[in-house]
Amino acid sequence: MKISVLTSVLAGLLAATTLTATTTPAHAEKTKFEFWYGLSGDLGERVQEACSKFNQSQGDFEIVCTSQNGYDTTLQNTIAAYRSKKQPAITQIYDAGTLDLMLSKAFIPAKTLMADNGYTIDWNNYFGGIANYYATAAGELNSFPFNSSTAMFYYNADAFAKAGIDFKPDTWEQVEEAARKLKAAGYECPMGMSFDTWATMEQFSAIHNQPIATQANGYKGLDAEVVFNKTKFVDQVKFLKKLADEKLVVVKTKQLGMDVVPAFTSQTCQMIQTSVADHGTIGKTMPESVKWDMAMLPVWKGTERQNSLVGGASLWVMAGRPEAEYKGAAAFLNYLGTPEMTQWWSTVTGYIPVTKTGFDAMKANGFYDKAPYKGRELAIASLTYTPTSENTRGIRLGGFTQIRKEVGTALEAIFMQNADVQTALDQAAERSNTILRRFEKTYAGQTLN
Amino acid sequence: MDKRAVFRSWWLPTAFALPQLALIALFFYWPAVAVVRWAFTLEPPFGGSAEFVGLANFRDVFADPLYWNSVVVSLTFALAGTLSTIFIGLVLALAVDRQLPGSGAVRFLYILPYAIAGPAAGMAFRFILSPERGLMASVNSVFPDFWNPAKYGSHALILVIVVFAWKWAGYTFIFLLAGLQSVPKSLTEAAAMDGSGPIRRAIDIQIPMLAPTLFFLTVIMMTEGFVGADTYGIVARTTDGGPNHGTDVMVYRIVEEAFRGLNYSGASAQSIVLIGLIMIFTFIQFRFVERRVHYK
Repeated sequence: MKISVLTSVLAGLLAATTLTATTTPAHAEKTKFEFWYGLSGDLGERVQEACSKFNQSQGDFEIVCTSQNGYDTTLQNTIAAYRSKKQPAITQIYDAGTLDLMLSKAFIPAKTLMADNGYTIDWNNYFGGIANYYATAAGELNSFPFNSSTAMFYYNADAFAKAGIDFKPDTWEQVEEAARKLKAAGYECPMGMSFDTWATMEQFSAIHNQPIATQANGYKGLDAEVVFNKTKFVDQVKFLKKLADEKLVVVKTKQLGMDVVPAFTSQTCQMIQTSVADHGTIGKTMPESVKWDMAMLPVWKGTERQNSLVGGASLWVMAGRPEAEYKGAAAFLNYLGTPEMTQWWSTVTGYIPVTKTGFDAMKANGFYDKAPYKGRELAIASLTYTPTSENTRGIRLGGFTQIRKEVGTALEAIFMQNADVQTALDQAAERSNTILRRFEKTYAGQTLN
Repeated sequence: MDKRAVFRSWWLPTAFALPQLALIALFFYWPAVAVVRWAFTLEPPFGGSAEFVGLANFRDVFADPLYWNSVVVSLTFALAGTLSTIFIGLVLALAVDRQLPGSGAVRFLYILPYAIAGPAAGMAFRFILSPERGLMASVNSVFPDFWNPAKYGSHALILVIVVFAWKWAGYTFIFLLAGLQSVPKSLTEAAAMDGSGPIRRAIDIQIPMLAPTLFFLTVIMMTEGFVGADTYGIVARTTDGGPNHGTDVMVYRIVEEAFRGLNYSGASAQSIVLIGLIMIFTFIQFRFVERRVHYK
């Protein structure tokens, strides 16, 4: 009797479990995949918005987007995740991390991914100046250009008018003249500068067609050596230092209390160089009554201007994920590339459109004629000013984050502690070359393709 | 006579200790082994061929003059930080220990900074002490460059030490106050009746009685100054190691090298040297200083 009760209970339990087991997987599951990005704050929320737009646009895939709060942490976390085989399907890597990814063999090239999943992408649709930064030497894209920017020159038009300046600062000679007039008109900080090398060294070298390193800035081999201590960049630093000594250029860093962008929006400084991505912020922070304008970075008189370099980040598809996730990743990247999404992204963020069709669509819509966005087309003009040369294709150097820091430290020594320009830059170059040699040794036997 | 309870079997105590041992192995020994392995190899960040390079990473580290600069900066920081936190904590503890009206409230206030994370404190002080916008801006407008941590390495070093002392003085204060409370009241009262003032009593009675606590705090604060997470956080948020490597403490250098430079091998070699240095300092402290500490 006892036994039969027990068996019936067991049988009932068994029936119940099999019943639930057979009923659950009735409808097809969406394929989930992960996307890690480095943008945070307002820009991070815009990425989330792009993700939910994608999730609503189709029913097969679900993208899960996670901010890693910063470009460098995204790279670190991607590395850590890859080493423990928990990498996301898509990750956002900043310009300086491009070479580390390229040599990692931990990714699926953009072209392969799209071809394998049946998408035909017109790769020539990407602006050359943008695509080349992320492409192989042969010109094949490894990652998808996503948020792209370049450096621009901002000036306070009201202050210019008050100081009686009737020209735009297109050349450095004009910048100097404008600075003198602004100073004479009583402005304490005619031009603000920081020790960020992106505009002062990288963009300056590109538009003046000066190399930063041998081997086409590293594109042709890991044995590249930096040469920024032997180019026009040295003269440029001497020039800026001379202006700084005359208080025409004033250093503005966060250590001193204010970086260049707040220095410009608080109307402390009347001219600065910074990213086009700050266009939106400056427009929002500047009092509406103040007139200001943005121009391409100045060049020295008589220089044949070259295209400027793209900054920002690109999207990499990581290797080692299940096949189904790649279908989703390809669908997502294809979705981001549609003209509608390109335009939406550029409108809400201030980043520039990366494809020609996206840019054309925005131009046709009159986007660049409307007040808050007016002038942003200059960034595209700057990026596409000429076809890329060996010196303006991009910078493909290992440990470039550290090289930037070495140059930044040299600038700090020159501008804050009166170190000799040539000596300080020579030291930075020597230290940068040590970094490059160690990088070469770490990737011994590997070649750039 | 001590009465001792002893486990009769060997496996039961082992089973009790096992979770703890597993945690130590997982979170201490395993990473330590990984660091050692990294220090002797060159490996790309994403993995792949880890080539054994012997002592090459260490040679690179020692050949770099800026590395020795960071050792000097770290030593200065740790020594000055330790002395100032203990001195401030001691003065505050002696004052609060006198039980004057309101000492309960100020005791709470003195401990409070310890609850604030180092990076947050660093951020706050960067604004408070910024040469052009902070408290010193008015002084600077009269005497240019009187205070300019963006220009002078010495000022920048003072800045990070101030933030460190501000935060950690609360910590030493807790220990020293607890220590003072165990000083027999009869001693201080007797001294007071003999006519010695509060300072005399502090120097002759209370501080000697605090020797074990002071020794403990010296070891802890030196270690904290050398490798503490706060040390990195404070430097990263205020000076970024600058100006011109003026505040390039060893931990800051290691973290930058590893996570921004992706040079895990070089950073691991530096970590091992740092661990070695701390072991040497702690050894010196125990060998030569502790001899003069009387626990009873």
